[in-house]
Amino acid sequence: MVKIENLTFWYSKQNRIFEKLNLELNAGHIYGLLGKNGAGKTTLLKLICGLSFPKSGTVTLDGLIPARREPGFLADIFLVPEEISVPSLTPGKFADIHSGFYPEFDPAQFGEFLEKFKLDADQNCSGMSHGQKRKAMIAFALATNTRYLFLDEPTSGLDIPSKAAFRSMLAASFSEEKTIILSTHMVRDLESLIDSVIILENHNIILNHPLDQIAQKLTFSHSSLSSSPGEIIYSVKRELGTTMISLNPSGITGNVDLETLFNACIDIPDKLSSYFKH
Amino acid sequence: MNFSENQSIYIQITEFVKEQILLNKWQKEEKIPSVRDLAAELQVNPNTVMRAYDFLQQQGVIYNRRGIGNHVSSDAGEKILTARKEKFLQSELPVLFKNILLLGIGFDELERLYKSFVNEKRKH
Repeated sequence: MVKIENLTFWYSKQNRIFEKLNLELNAGHIYGLLGKNGAGKTTLLKLICGLSFPKSGTVTLDGLIPARREPGFLADIFLVPEEISVPSLTPGKFADIHSGFYPEFDPAQFGEFLEKFKLDADQNCSGMSHGQKRKAMIAFALATNTRYLFLDEPTSGLDIPSKAAFRSMLAASFSEEKTIILSTHMVRDLESLIDSVIILENHNIILNHPLDQIAQKLTFSHSSLSSSPGEIIYSVKRELGTTMISLNPSGITGNVDLETLFNACIDIPDKLSSYFKH
Repeated sequence: MNFSENQSIYIQITEFVKEQILLNKWQKEEKIPSVRDLAAELQVNPNTVMRAYDFLQQQGVIYNRRGIGNHVSSDAGEKILTARKEKFLQSELPVLFKNILLLGIGFDELERLYKSFVNEKRKH
């Protein structure tokens, strides 16, 4: 379990990124971490991985403090940052060197993932495109089978077939002991994988809920008529109609439109979060 | 698989499974793909597939053999058709009736159209 309590963090004192942030993440979920540019998504991942240290408050993963960077902790966690630097090695050689740090690394799986990404284990990464390098790193990350896996903008730079391959691999490698966070702007790419959504805004988390709970309370619809069976709480005009969020009158769960949910969180944060108070 | 925007994904997965059974791609008493395999194939969260399988178990379309996995029930086909028929009679037929009434289409005309539709189907 990831447990964050009263976390405050800043790079410069005038500009606080987080102010007394609290967050709990449980194993067995794929979380979608959403937020505007500069909201602190990458910073939050760094704090969870021990790459940045809290100014005050605590971050723990199963009771361990990331900033201490204990070997047992590092063996069970993997972060693929948005901007990666890959050494001038082949993916095969890279795995030979780094896999020793990850006891659950599965070489057969790594080979399979590279193949699905149409990558050659014996081609030097220095000759690869940006997207190919990312894919090599993602394949390695998934094959380490760490219980904690954090991917910052995983689909950025990936071609269309690779995005599908990525979704398939992530689904296949996920299990109930794992906690996965996908930080992204491209919600459409990952909508079918995310089961819980975390939205960062105004130095804090304004929403952290499973999508099925959200669907029980709210209905998302798109229509040329501005009408809905439930009370409309948010609407935006789009081409050929209006996209609406209304209170779910029936309890029958539909799909959650993450893009509209995100926009509503930015535009009417207080109203929206009031529906999810315990 | 392309997911529609209006229906929750787990319901769409249950429909996908039922379709495989009605088309005899997955046969009775046969083992169906594991949660993980179907999730990878459909590129969805395994939790969603799990939820769909739970739902199908409740409906008696599939059943779980401990340690082996999920199987198609022997009467899955009938169960799916009964449920579909009920859904059609309860929610789709009233809409159809409403339109028939609104457009003033007579029963004799409907009967003629229905018969020629059936004949057309038989030829194929």
